[in-house]
Parts: sequence; C-alpha cells; structure tokens
Amino acid sequence: MGTYIVKRMLTIVPIFLIATLITFGMIHLSPVDPAEAYLAAANIQPTAEMLAQKRQEFGLDQPLLVQYVNSVIQISKFDFGVSYVTNKPVWEEVSSRLPATIELTLASLVIAIVVSIPLGFLAGVRKNKEIDHFSRFLSYFGASIPSFWFGYLLIFFFSVKLDLFPVEGIGTWKHLVLPAITLALPLIALYTRLLRASVLENLQEPYVLFARTRGIHEKSIMGKHVLRSAISPMITGLGMNLGKLMTGAIIVEAVFSWPGFGRYFIEAIFNRDVPVIQCYVLLAAGLFLISNLIVDIIQMYIDPRISREGRQFQ
Amino acid sequence: MSLLQVTEVSYSYNFKMPFQSKDPSKNVLQNISFAIEAGTCLGLLGTSGAGKSTLGKVILGIQRPQHGKVLFQGHDIYNADKITKRKIRRNLQAVFQDSYSSVNPRMTAESIISEPLDNYEKLTLTEKRKTVISLLERVGLSERDAKKYPHQFSGGQLQRINIARAIALKPMLIVLDESVSSLDRVTQSLILELLNELKIDFGLSYLFITHDIKAAFSISDHLGVLENGELIECYDSKAQFFESKHPVVKRMSDSMLAEHPRDRSLTV
Repeated sequence: MGTYIVKRMLTIVPIFLIATLITFGMIHLSPVDPAEAYLAAANIQPTAEMLAQKRQEFGLDQPLLVQYVNSVIQISKFDFGVSYVTNKPVWEEVSSRLPATIELTLASLVIAIVVSIPLGFLAGVRKNKEIDHFSRFLSYFGASIPSFWFGYLLIFFFSVKLDLFPVEGIGTWKHLVLPAITLALPLIALYTRLLRASVLENLQEPYVLFARTRGIHEKSIMGKHVLRSAISPMITGLGMNLGKLMTGAIIVEAVFSWPGFGRYFIEAIFNRDVPVIQCYVLLAAGLFLISNLIVDIIQMYIDPRISREGRQFQ
Repeated sequence: MSLLQVTEVSYSYNFKMPFQSKDPSKNVLQNISFAIEAGTCLGLLGTSGAGKSTLGKVILGIQRPQHGKVLFQGHDIYNADKITKRKIRRNLQAVFQDSYSSVNPRMTAESIISEPLDNYEKLTLTEKRKTVISLLERVGLSERDAKKYPHQFSGGQLQRINIARAIALKPMLIVLDESVSSLDRVTQSLILELLNELKIDFGLSYLFITHDIKAAFSISDHLGVLENGELIECYDSKAQFFESKHPVVKRMSDSMLAEHPRDRSLTV
C-alpha cells in the first residue's frame, strides 16, 4: 500500500511539469505582450525603447527554452514574479488571500458531505418515499438555481429579514454560514443524486441479496456492503470538484464580499497581469492534482483492489 | 418431523405490462411438495427454465410463494416471528452458482468467512481468527489465503470460501444452487468430495439443485426431477431413475454419455 502511495505521488511531478509547459506556452502564444501590459498597467504610454528595456528586464529577449527553464526554477521556489499592477510579489498576495478561500471551500465541502451522504443514502434505500421526493426536490432546486441569486436570497431572508447572520465579510463562524451554504448547494444537488443512484445499483448486487438470505443484520448489510461500495463514485466526484470549488468560488466571494483570492484573479485577468494569471493557472493545476491524490488514497482504503491489481500473478 | 417440508408450493412471476388486459403471469412452480430429512441430500434435477432456482429462492425465504408452505423444523419460514426467522436463517445457508457475485469484492477471505460469525456469535478476535483458519483448512485452503481478496482466487477456490462461509455456523441445511455447475470436471469432483465429507462430519443436509445428472448422483440420497415447474418424479436410488418411463426423465437419462464409446448410441 505504501509503495502505491509513493508511486502515485511521483506521477504528480511530470504532470505538473506538463502543466507549467502548457501555461508557459499559452502565455507566449497569447497576443498579450507582457512588457506592454506592464507599462499599460502603470499608465505609461509605451515607447519602443521602454518596451525593449522592459523585455530585457523580464528576460523576454532570451531563447524560449531558457525562459521556460528559468520560470520552472522560479516556480519551484514559489516565486511567481511581481504583479504588474501592485508591484508586489504575486505569491505574497495570493498566500495572504488563500486561507480565506480554503476556509470557505472546506466549510462548503463539509456541508456538502454531511448533507448529501445521509440524504442520498436514505433516498436510495427508501426509494419513492417522502425522503426520496424531498431529495429530488432539493436536487432540482440546487442544480437549477444560480449561485449568485441563491446567495442574495439567503442574504435577504437570513441577514436582512431575520438578522441571523451578517450580510458580508469574514470573521466569526456566522460570517461563514451563508457563503458556505451557497457554495455547497450545487454540490449537494449533484452528490445526493449520484449517491442515490449508486445505492440503488448496489442494492441489486447479488451479494447483498445473498447476505439477506444468510440472515446478516440489515444494519451491517447497509453499512458494510451497500454504503461502502456506493460511496466510491461520490468520492471520486468530490475530489474532482475540490479544485473546481476553490477556483470557482469567485462568484460566491463576490456576492458575500469574501476576501478570498477569487476577486484578485478576476482583476488580474482584466488588467492582463500575466504573472498573476500564471500563478492562478498553476495553482489550479496543483490543487486538482493534490485533491485527486487524496481521493486515490481514500479510494484505496475503501476499495483495496486498487492497490493490488495484478498482484495475484506475482 | 422433517427438517424441511415443502407443501403444495406454487409461484408465479407477475410481468404485468401497461395496456395489457390479460394477466400474463406464468406459473413457474406448481403444487410442489417434498421433504428433506436431517442428514440427507435431495438432488433436484431439471433442465434450464424448469424452475429449479426459483424453488431454491422460495426455500431460502427470498421469494414468497403465492400458495403453499415452506416449513423448516416445523416453522413456517414466511410467517415466523423475528427471533425464529433469525434462527431459521442461521440453520439454513446457501451456496450459489456464481462464486464471484456471491461475495463482496471489497472484503478479504477472512472477513467474508467471519461475517456470519460476527452476525450470530460473540467471539473474541483470537477465537474468530482461529475459527476462520480452521474453516479455511477444512475446505482445503490455507492460512495464507485469509488476507486475499476475491479476485485473487480462482473460481473453484472462491467456491470453497463460499462453502466455508456457509458451514461457519454449523447449519442444518445448505441449499446448493448449481454450486458446482460452473466449475471444470476435476474441480467439480473435488468440491463434491468435500461436500460429501462435510455432510458426514457435520451431519449436514443438502438441497442440491443442478442440471448435471452425474453430479447429482454422486452426492444425493434421493432425487427429484423438476420439469415446467412441476416435480414430476422422485427416486430413492440411481436405478429407479434409469428405470423411469417418464419421457422427460428418459430424455434426461439418454442425454448422459455412456462411460465407454461403444455403449454410446447417438440418437439426436
């Protein structure tokens, strides 16, 4: 099992390198000239001389390969360069905003798991009963309602009318509740349905029926045989979504004035702030890789066949 | 009192399609009655579609018959109270044809075999482990196999694990529903040998459901032939089966290849 984890972790390195290559290539293919973008951000009318000087400063006059290697070395030291707009190191700015986004993402992930696992499981076990109808309603509602509108609805009812939670900002757990629910709702909608379908499928498995004939307790059948197998696809989905959740929290952050990195990146895109955009893309790639690694490790514990595939022939 | 008493059991699947006025239900089992005495094996022969597996499911309490009764040690298994039902289930185990789909692929051999023990008995970890190992050894596997997963076993080995799981609680009756049918001849005979030994050692009774006449002969004390949902004839010996004049039985016995080629008459 240990070797599997190490092997799996080593695969991250080449994938991340490919991600840096693609990011580097895209930035160089795009019509945006970093030197020009820099001067534009500083409100300076660029002259040919100034552009040449800036290009030299950024190392843009060097061969592409040298530029790429240099950028990889810098990235490995968490040096993503200096923002054209604020003139501060990018990583410093991002890392100061990162905790807020992580807090929001993890809170919504916890809500999504705590709600969708019992709801999806019960909906599957009690198919076409009240709980199933409720879960269906919640899923359609959650999947079809846009996040920004749902966020404003929550603010209207719970902050303005009932005065239970603050309208915006960060600080206590009360600040966290509404944005986290807003971000979790589409996830709940999706994973409740996914788990329900998976539970229904597993209930049909012969070994579940046979366990019943052998007189195994219903609780044990549901926990050991049904839920454990059914939860597998859901965890994969959640892992795929963790990266998306962090980078996709932008709208919710805007609605609740949450000081995460979402807004910072949006501004960077409008300002053509190349180092920040590069940092964002690589951060997203890194998050996806790490969340998938975590999922694979969890899956390995749930389904031991993963790490043992092919071992019987040794 | 017989161990298992099946009285006038009829069962039909209801495939009611929308917009269909006629009731298309087909009787899969019709008026079936037989009994199994403790320590004996009843072989139930039948071609595919005869209703053998349905009968197995009715006896195992999965499919409630529309008519008739299934009594296990005198208790009606479909109308017993919870405690009695639990007792019946403990004493009535089953081994099915597909060894792979009978086990949870995420569980080790040890946890598969110890599941019934966990369910019915309160054993300490060491006691449980000892029991599992002795069961594994009893069915011809070793301690090394305890930590393996189902996909690491061959079909025959996995069927041994299914048997170990079935005998873990020392039940009275095991329903063997085509349990050896998907195995090759050699493995089949080894498993049948094992079943015969276990029958003597534990005083087990079997309901051996099969389409394989040779396999049925090698293990059964009594034979029954099922055709189109009806139990057409019962025999107490191999000779009675071959003497039967019933056309279905005749066709069955004719389909058996003779031991020597010169005795084979190919009249197909």
